[in-house]
Amino acid sequence: MKQFFIFVKKEFAHVLRDKKTLLILFGLPVAQILIFGFALTNEVKKSKIVIVDQAKDPASQAIITKVGVSQYFQIENTVANKRQIEDQFKQGKIKMAVVFPPYFNRDLLHQNKATIQVITDATDPNTANTLTNYFSAIVADYQAELNQTKAMPYRITTEMRMLYNPGLKGAPNFVPGVMALVLMLVCVMMTAISIVKEKETGTMEILLVSPFRPIMVILAKALPYLMLSLVNLCIILLVSVFVLQLPVNGSLLLLFAESTLFIITCLSLGLLISVKTESQQVAMLISLMGMLLPTVMFSGFMFPIENMPMGLQVLSNVIPAKWYYIIVKSIMIKGVGFSAIWKETFILVGITVVLLIISIKNFKIRLA
Amino acid sequence: MEAVVLNNVSKTYGKERKVAVDSVSLTVNKGELFGLIGPDGAGKTSIFRMLTTLLLPDGGTATVDGFDIVKDYKQIRNNVGYMPGKFSLYQDLTIEENINFFATVFGTSVEENYDLIKDIYVQIEPFKNRRAGKLSGGMKQKLALCCALIHKPTVLFLDEPTTGVDPVSRKEFWEMLKRLKQQDITIVVSTPYMDEATLCDRIALIQNGRILQIDTPDKIVQSYPDKLYQIKADRMYDLLKELNVYPKTLSCFTFGEYLHLSLTDESEQAEKELIQHLQNKGFHNIEMGAVTPGIEDCFIQLLKK
Repeated sequence: MKQFFIFVKKEFAHVLRDKKTLLILFGLPVAQILIFGFALTNEVKKSKIVIVDQAKDPASQAIITKVGVSQYFQIENTVANKRQIEDQFKQGKIKMAVVFPPYFNRDLLHQNKATIQVITDATDPNTANTLTNYFSAIVADYQAELNQTKAMPYRITTEMRMLYNPGLKGAPNFVPGVMALVLMLVCVMMTAISIVKEKETGTMEILLVSPFRPIMVILAKALPYLMLSLVNLCIILLVSVFVLQLPVNGSLLLLFAESTLFIITCLSLGLLISVKTESQQVAMLISLMGMLLPTVMFSGFMFPIENMPMGLQVLSNVIPAKWYYIIVKSIMIKGVGFSAIWKETFILVGITVVLLIISIKNFKIRLA
Repeated sequence: MEAVVLNNVSKTYGKERKVAVDSVSLTVNKGELFGLIGPDGAGKTSIFRMLTTLLLPDGGTATVDGFDIVKDYKQIRNNVGYMPGKFSLYQDLTIEENINFFATVFGTSVEENYDLIKDIYVQIEPFKNRRAGKLSGGMKQKLALCCALIHKPTVLFLDEPTTGVDPVSRKEFWEMLKRLKQQDITIVVSTPYMDEATLCDRIALIQNGRILQIDTPDKIVQSYPDKLYQIKADRMYDLLKELNVYPKTLSCFTFGEYLHLSLTDESEQAEKELIQHLQNKGFHNIEMGAVTPGIEDCFIQLLKK
């Protein structure tokens, strides 16, 4: 046991003395989560729009006020005629234009029907779509207010509700994604590199010719990275709760337990890479290309898996990050308990066991 | 009693079965300082790795301390000390941390076997808080030796411990080995330096995976069959060319600033004849005299067979 602890201590010394490793270990996760949180968000905020109000009546003014206070829109200026709108679009100054026809209020009151023209810049279809949805929501809101005071029979409105993420915030989606990504990166790459490094520098030779059992080498290597990854997890959660204002709805304990499981999966993967490679560069390349890309593509974090061809959907099932992503999303955002995610947990356990068996079977107790 | 026994051990590498060790048989006695002498690529490291259970032999059997290198690898790993050719300690740990680490891994402590490493350790102790990566070559070797010794191994395998080390440190290193021998530790050491061979109790000359000769350095030198001369003149390169075509030359090769030469005729008459011949060919300042052969001479002579 004393042997084991001095090995763990040595492993910590390796990490803590190498400033570059430390930076990757702790700087990267924070940087990633902040970048994803603030810069690379697909939310639409403060889009510039123009409004052509040909009616200038109470109804149009009421809607304009509502649009103005919305955080999604920023009214640039109110132009007088439609022709100016196109110029503004062409110059890329605005994303959307709203045209109220003359007699808007009168039409609404007398014919019970009025039209607003919404013009969007569809060169970016996603944004255009989102903006029109937001605007429709505001208009629907105004209608609802009208309906309270006036009895309007048989009016059917579509009520949309965004479950779990009513504000359509980007953060809930990507925090679990970044957690999967960071843990994958740190655990797989760091373990793989640290074991291969011992092979490359020849210290593995001495360790093998010692009473220390190879299985203990693996365990002693894994433990520090497990602990460091848990520290990392805490940092990510702290940033997401206090900086990105995304609360953890489910049990924190369950979240940590599932994360520990995922970390062990990653460690076994790193171990497998280290067993199969001979140099640090190769180990790093495989961890980066072979692990990071599938994690980003097939975890469902960036691209919805349901939209993929059947073959890729099947392939995504062997990506551990996919299951972890589902688990974290369920716990953090939906706030569900273990009963809802036992299946994913079970699959993750299965993947881990298979990886561990393969890598321990392949671990060489000799040099060749 | 034998500490190490090799019985027709062979090792090949790769698909093309490149032979690295070709049925080597040798024994090392307990408490002996045994040297494997041979150039780079002779198969020394392969032999060491097989004996330290890091590689499996393709043929033959071997034992270390009576334990089979294939079956009883765990016992061997518990008992031997191994210092690989490449500096293999943790560069980012300090001297003290490295020694403590290896002591603990081997289930002992620095205090327990301090007397064993004391002589060596006092030399590097002033730098004990320095990281191993920042040490000079000689200090690295001393540190590596300390780490290999810390658990009081029965057999110590040192793979080219003095390669890349300055002459003074090399000398010190060998003196340390002599002292260790007195502690009843069997030492098997390999080196490409022929001058270090004479410091061993017994040596095996090895080339292309084959043992050329095993004996004490003295006996190997005595077994040199011919009379050896050293010869020097003002135009050394031309001299070598000339001697190589001289009819009575048995062998001639460069050796430091001299040429080492054996003649088919070992009489004094032949000696005079040769000097005369060289003077006729226009060589000046000719120095010629008999010399006692060294291990290198024996090695070269054995290679010719």
